[in-house]
Amino acid sequence: MTRRPRSNRTFLLVGVLVALLLAGVVSYYASSRPDGLEKVAADKGLDRGEEEHDLADSPLADYQTDEVGNERLSGGLAGVIGVSATLLLGTGVFWVVRRLPRSQGPRTGPADPGRG
Amino acid sequence: MHVPDGFIDAPVSVAAGAVAVAGVALSLRGARRELDERTAPLAGLVASFIFAVQMLNFPVASGTSGHLLGGALAAILVGPYTGVLCLSVVLLMQGLLFADGGLTALGVNITDMAIVGVPVAYGVFRLLITVLPANRRSFTVAAFTAALVSVPTAAGAFTLLYALGGVTDVPLGTVAASMIGVHLLIGIGEGVITALTVGSVLAVRPDLVYGAERLRVPLQLRTTPATGGGR
Repeated sequence: MTRRPRSNRTFLLVGVLVALLLAGVVSYYASSRPDGLEKVAADKGLDRGEEEHDLADSPLADYQTDEVGNERLSGGLAGVIGVSATLLLGTGVFWVVRRLPRSQGPRTGPADPGRG
Repeated sequence: MHVPDGFIDAPVSVAAGAVAVAGVALSLRGARRELDERTAPLAGLVASFIFAVQMLNFPVASGTSGHLLGGALAAILVGPYTGVLCLSVVLLMQGLLFADGGLTALGVNITDMAIVGVPVAYGVFRLLITVLPANRRSFTVAAFTAALVSVPTAAGAFTLLYALGGVTDVPLGTVAASMIGVHLLIGIGEGVITALTVGSVLAVRPDLVYGAERLRVPLQLRTTPATGGGR
């Protein structure tokens, strides 16, 4: 197979920019109607036992940033923070997964330390 | 479809948490085989992209909206095990940072959307890719259908957990019918977004799409005996 000369960097960069744009700008135009589960829960009474979220006072609760009055900015900032945080955690997790020793590799390691 | 606290009782929430932990552990093992140096960074991007698109609620029937879950999208782009991890990361972030999806319900949410949703989506995709002719249109059809099916399936998984440990006593038939019904509609949006997204990636970088190996020039399997056996 021919090796592709193109690096992934451009692709990843464009991907991150698209995600930031969607969460930071386009999200303002998202529907604010209740989602499928919220609607069913409210209509049929599944939510009678609903408890407030333990972190309902968190500075980013409900995708709004505390202390930011402008709704567009507040939501956009929350989106940008969310995309960045997810990218960091995700990249970190997959970086670690990639480097975990492969216990079930087709071959054993080059040298078996000790133990005859 | 983010379940808040107080919908599902403690025992079933704990059990779902155990299922989620087991599923994530299994996926951590499986993902090692799916990820290489090129695709590992892509997986992080897929998680953040799903987070972004989950913010984009689109209107469906009467006074309701829906958003992408992303199970099919992740499974097709980076593989099913990695896909489970992508969705789990997203759900964890949403619960911890944005108070979206209860903390005691995190296991329920990971179970419904990641542990059930992703493999079902990938299974449907694989099945269709196998039976349909190997071309771009089949790929799009398979991606759309896999995404469409995965959403009501996740809703069905929620209904099952509700049957086992629902805090309220709404008749099960009502819960099943309304949950699966509305999520079938949301599934259409899921299908469109998934087909558009994987189609776009396929157009520019087919080599990065996990589920597209049949569309690529087949790799040559060389059967010449290895000389030296790795030194």
